[in-house]
Amino acid sequence: MSFEQILAQHPHSKPFWEATARAELVLPTCTGCSRAHWYPRPFCPFCGSVDLQWKRSSGRGKIHSASFMRRAAEPYIVVAVELEEGPILLSNLVEAPLDQPAIDSAVQVVFKQLDDGRTVPMFKPA
Amino acid sequence: MGALADAGLSMSDVDGYFGARDQPGPNAAYMVDYLNLKLRHYDTTDTGGCSYLMHIAHAAQAIAAGKCNVALLTLAGRPRSEGMATGTAARVGEPDRPDVPWESPYRNTIATQYGMMAARHMHLYGTTAEQLAWVRVAASTHAQHNPNAMFRKPVTVEDVVNSPVIADPLHRLDCCVISDGGGALVLVRPEIARSLKRPLIPVLGAGETIYTQNAGYPDLVTTGASRSGPAAFAEAGVTPRDIQYASIYDNFTIMVIAQLEDLGFCKKGEGGRFVQDGGLISGQGKLPWNTDGGGLCNNHPNNRGGMTKAIEAVRQLRGEAHTAVQVPDCSLALACGPGGVMGSGHGHATVIFGRE
Repeated sequence: MSFEQILAQHPHSKPFWEATARAELVLPTCTGCSRAHWYPRPFCPFCGSVDLQWKRSSGRGKIHSASFMRRAAEPYIVVAVELEEGPILLSNLVEAPLDQPAIDSAVQVVFKQLDDGRTVPMFKPA
Repeated sequence: MGALADAGLSMSDVDGYFGARDQPGPNAAYMVDYLNLKLRHYDTTDTGGCSYLMHIAHAAQAIAAGKCNVALLTLAGRPRSEGMATGTAARVGEPDRPDVPWESPYRNTIATQYGMMAARHMHLYGTTAEQLAWVRVAASTHAQHNPNAMFRKPVTVEDVVNSPVIADPLHRLDCCVISDGGGALVLVRPEIARSLKRPLIPVLGAGETIYTQNAGYPDLVTTGASRSGPAAFAEAGVTPRDIQYASIYDNFTIMVIAQLEDLGFCKKGEGGRFVQDGGLISGQGKLPWNTDGGGLCNNHPNNRGGMTKAIEAVRQLRGEAHTAVQVPDCSLALACGPGGVMGSGHGHATVIFGRE
């Protein structure tokens, strides 16, 4: 799927990719109930408000859980990262030893460019 | 046709059909056409592997509402013959799915998703790899008596924890099989059931849900059984303590432990202790479970385990399970399972059956 197709099918995602291209992680945050949610929607899934802001995340968080995918040609680490702002994001742990990481260990966002042109957030040990 | 023959009915008696997306083509209408059914009622609820458990509840409701008299439920699929690497292939997901743009880059797999579930459960509750292994030991102990099971050789806890790690902390033997296969069930109006020459197995209670990711605040260790279970128990008017046999969908060993907790067979976090030392072995443990060998050792048709869970529960209630695993005088059984993938918005259904 190309970047253009993603934008065509998920038009509300555009500001997110513009931010990651600037090496910023932003979270859709409700101006009504103040909660950030994930994955992004054009409405607040907690209170139903459509009055949302893309708020910049600190990019800091901790590993909520992880699984080191050993059975792959090039093993990699899938993580669920709990950001300081609250939401838990699925991502990869990079720039880290290729092993099962410890839950609750601190991580920091990094940005990686994909072949399709998108820049996506990943995490490294903090 | 086997299920209808078993019931003493034929295709021309069927006036209600329940099917899901295992069917060839875009929807189940092609299966109805293929079977040349003459229907009054049709339901294609699809929630992955637990669809068939939901269909049981929906068929009972449709019969009670007078929408049909004889309901046929089917499942079939050949993922093994078709060379599918279900668990270890990166899941890209349908591109229009709302979560896919934010998740597809990370090569999450079924195995890593359930690996994260197991890792979190171990972190919170001290659950061990050996406790997970006991689930496989129970399944293999039962499967040795099933001539149709894929893996019939009993395994030990050491065999499981010494099998290669697929995705931490899950070993190969923590994962279910990929198999071909299928199944069918017939539910009929009580008056018709009494006219047939087969044991009467009523649906006493059922529950269903979609357990979401909670918009970024997911609970990785709790399954939809925490909602479908209490609903089914309340409708049936029974408690977990009353259940004599349970079919619990075992796509991964950790899922059995989490569902046992969520159904109320033990407190949250105590599932590991519940299953250890043969807790699930028929004739030995507290709760006889998956006596056909389950998804871990017997089969997993179309990567959807709901149908076979119901079938083994019915066998137990009819007294038709293998003598080595048959629960004596089994009159109350539960079948439950998830559909879709944990941690990414999954379905769950629980059905409680009795015997008249």
